[in-house]
Amino acid sequence: MDFAISGVHVSPVYLAVVGFLVGILGGFFGVGGSFLAGPALFAAGVPMNIVVGTDLAHIVGKSIVAVKKHRTLGNVDFKLGLIMVVGTIAGVEAGAQLVQVLKREARADTVIASAFIVVLIALSVFIGWESWKTLQMQRRGLASASTTRRDASVLAHVAKAVQAFRIPPMIRLPTSEIGEVSLWVILGVAVVGGLFSGFLGGGAGYLRMPALVYVLGVPTHVAVGTDLFEVVISASYGTFTHALKGNVDILIALVMHTGAAVGAQIGATLTQKVHGAGIRLAFAPLPLLGALLMVYTLLTRH
Amino acid sequence: MNNGRDNRENLSVSSFLLELGVYALFVTVYFFLVLHFLGGVLVYLYTTSKVSYAFVSLALIVAQGLLLQTLTTYLLRFFQGLVKRD
Repeated sequence: MDFAISGVHVSPVYLAVVGFLVGILGGFFGVGGSFLAGPALFAAGVPMNIVVGTDLAHIVGKSIVAVKKHRTLGNVDFKLGLIMVVGTIAGVEAGAQLVQVLKREARADTVIASAFIVVLIALSVFIGWESWKTLQMQRRGLASASTTRRDASVLAHVAKAVQAFRIPPMIRLPTSEIGEVSLWVILGVAVVGGLFSGFLGGGAGYLRMPALVYVLGVPTHVAVGTDLFEVVISASYGTFTHALKGNVDILIALVMHTGAAVGAQIGATLTQKVHGAGIRLAFAPLPLLGALLMVYTLLTRH
Repeated sequence: MNNGRDNRENLSVSSFLLELGVYALFVTVYFFLVLHFLGGVLVYLYTTSKVSYAFVSLALIVAQGLLLQTLTTYLLRFFQGLVKRD
């Protein structure tokens, strides 16, 4: 099928299958799946600046489905999500402007792809290490008294230190089981997530979901649902701003979403069967797959 | 007890297969009808007015997300009702 906006020829079945796979990952891990969808689109010949905008668009449709599912499971902290939207939008705009600069200098493909690879490998190694350590700690029965056994983390002390950072206004987040946390910490996490979202595409849930868990101390299940809620709003803004800049092929996004919509529901249902550290350990190798696909495409593309 | 569990698993698998079937049908119709007619309009908007294109793009993906969610939920409820009656 020819996609005239991006000027590429891609099989719609390939797009729907990619959408289905990242839909499952999105619903299960609370991420948009751009760490796989981005490299998969790039491998199909879509220019990197179009990959970034199009991936954001397909994530909007998919995340709506997953958020509705997570809301019924009680996994969405709406207050936290709405606060984060402010910081995320500022970050998304900064990231999108950076893409424009690289596009003008005709270096978007190489720079964005290289940044993607570094971020994905670092993320994979870090989450793998943390969740493995946490599972070992749980086996030895050393889970911190202040964290539930179901959602313990070997880095729980990081969240405690962050919550002790008391620059007003302080925000109470009962749904996330957080007594008080500074508004500026929440906004800081959101801006960084938004920057990566605007620059690398997707909702940057692969960064924001771990940040919610490790930095803010949000339970993993709530982090998954809240991140998806936040992604709906920030990815909508990202889609709009990238479409204005000509970086969205909405036809590709619509086709991908037909597969993603099914996968998102399956993934969200699966979160009920796995504990927090288990979800994170299962997530760890996935960014590495995206990085390998990106490296392969960079090496083989002319 | 095992029979109850087996029934639930069968229901779950059947529901999933039904969902996949509905989506396969939807995707086929979508490819051959909607995208065929929509493609020209979207390319025209993309080249002539990026603002209109941005609004239409966002509206399309949100509408598709809500439509698929509603369609699936309705069909799954309908199907589960049929299985319970059996």
